[in-house]
Amino acid sequence: MKTILGNEILKTGFKWRSYISFLAIAIVVPLVEVALRLQGTSWERSIIRGFSQDFVILGNILNGYFITHVIMNALWIHVPILVTLGAGDQLAGEATGGTFRLLLTRPASRSRILAAKFATTLLYALALVAFMAVLTLGLGVLLFGTGDLLITGRTFVVLAEHEALWRIAVAFALSVWGMWTVASLAFLFSSLVENGIGPLIGTMAVIIVFYIIGNVPADLFTAIKPYLFTSYLDLWQKMFEDPIPWSSVLHSVYVLGAFSIGFYAVTWYIFLQKDVLS
Amino acid sequence: MDDAIVLRTSGLAKRFGRRWAVRNLDLSIHRGEVFGFLGPNGAGKSTTIRMLLSLVRPSEGWVELFGNRLTRRQRSGLRKVGGLVERPDFYLYLTARRNLEIVAGVRGDGSSSDIDRVLDTVGLAARADDRVKTYSHGMKQRLGIAQALLGAPELIILDEPTSGLDPQGIKEVRELIRQLSHDSRMTIFLSSHLLSEIEQIATSMAIINQGRTVVQGRVADLLAAGDNVVRIETPMRDRALAVIASSGLVTAAHAVGQAIECSMSRERVADLNRLLVHEGIPVHALLPKRSLEEYFLSITEGGSEL
Repeated sequence: MKTILGNEILKTGFKWRSYISFLAIAIVVPLVEVALRLQGTSWERSIIRGFSQDFVILGNILNGYFITHVIMNALWIHVPILVTLGAGDQLAGEATGGTFRLLLTRPASRSRILAAKFATTLLYALALVAFMAVLTLGLGVLLFGTGDLLITGRTFVVLAEHEALWRIAVAFALSVWGMWTVASLAFLFSSLVENGIGPLIGTMAVIIVFYIIGNVPADLFTAIKPYLFTSYLDLWQKMFEDPIPWSSVLHSVYVLGAFSIGFYAVTWYIFLQKDVLS
Repeated sequence: MDDAIVLRTSGLAKRFGRRWAVRNLDLSIHRGEVFGFLGPNGAGKSTTIRMLLSLVRPSEGWVELFGNRLTRRQRSGLRKVGGLVERPDFYLYLTARRNLEIVAGVRGDGSSSDIDRVLDTVGLAARADDRVKTYSHGMKQRLGIAQALLGAPELIILDEPTSGLDPQGIKEVRELIRQLSHDSRMTIFLSSHLLSEIEQIATSMAIINQGRTVVQGRVADLLAAGDNVVRIETPMRDRALAVIASSGLVTAAHAVGQAIECSMSRERVADLNRLLVHEGIPVHALLPKRSLEEYFLSITEGGSEL
């Protein structure tokens, strides 16, 4: 099992396609951060304009933590695309390349090969979010320094510097959990088709449709919203509320976990039945 | 033990939708044989091979490898089997060696010395660390055979191993198969749509058409079986026909255009030739047309590929 997993990681690692997502993040994040740095004080003034009459603002608002939170909010709907780019190719890529014939004619059972591929998919999503976290936070702190984290929007919260750092860390961890559900769905679609682009389109279509359903305030939609996994993908945002609604966070963790396991179970069933004709 | 059956199928059938690709196929391959699996394109050869290697699940019947029924859970029989199904596809962005390491990984064995051995056998040792992307079709085909040889299997299953190769490549692959059969004592199952190819390498064969076996047996027996048709070309057709008809050497003889076709047993062809020479009849050509070939031609409809 260890060699099979090692080989799967190696195959993903040697494929140029796997790095497109990393490249996208490596371009977008520095671009945004440098642009904001150049914009500097005028942007800061526009943020605090709304409440500068009511509060006395002390210290560095425009700090690395603040920037990280801004970027997380801006990109969290796009990261699923990047995760899917890797996850959707795991099974479909073998079908396209004809290489299932190399793997599945061997004594190793399909369950084991599938498990190794799934583990690789999860590792890929983890690596991508971790890369994004390190780059966003690292570059943010480097360019803007540290300070208290100001959260505006639905609520108005100021988190002390030491508090901000671990909350960001946990928020990234929770977003990995959410991305694993997205990756599981892409993995499921990947078992159904023989091209790499199908799972990408399928997963994004599901996410977009579910997301719209979850956000249109019609009674019917409100009723089905709790049954859509996309309604729980924002769980990481709860880390920036005060106090943290832990029971709600845990509920999201359970639901997303259940969806991931469900998607994997369906993939397993399909993959074991599948006639390999490619 | 030498006569042991290494591969057996019973009532093997596969249906895709409403179309039966393979029907009620019974095959037995004995240890040490070179078994030719012959059929025109689309006869169900590849589907059968995919079932033998667990890529496709039979709709009916079963496959037994080394006495073990092959199922989704019971795959231990595949440990002694190496296979190459259709085109030799690989991870193009990886080197040949890495590709073989991946295959060895799913086999659950394979040391680097084993990988060196198979690369050496197919003559790719010098290019082992190049990406497969840079390989020609012939090299990929040889790498395909190399991966089938990993772990020194007792049975190798090759699907059209010479397809798409140039004459030199075909010769090399045939030579390699002969060598594996003789020197390494492997049992070899190979499919082809060319009778001439099976005839040259195989010891036993089955002909499959439209998903069913139509003939099965030892190649020598099948070729010798029944009367052969011999075509004789001579400028003295009518005199030759009279001599042949009264010779008692043939079961039937008749004129076909400027030539004569005789139905006769193979052993008597030499006697007939001697008789014609003795009678002073010049013979331009004496061509054996075997019934098996005729038969195969008829099922492959024209057989332009022969």
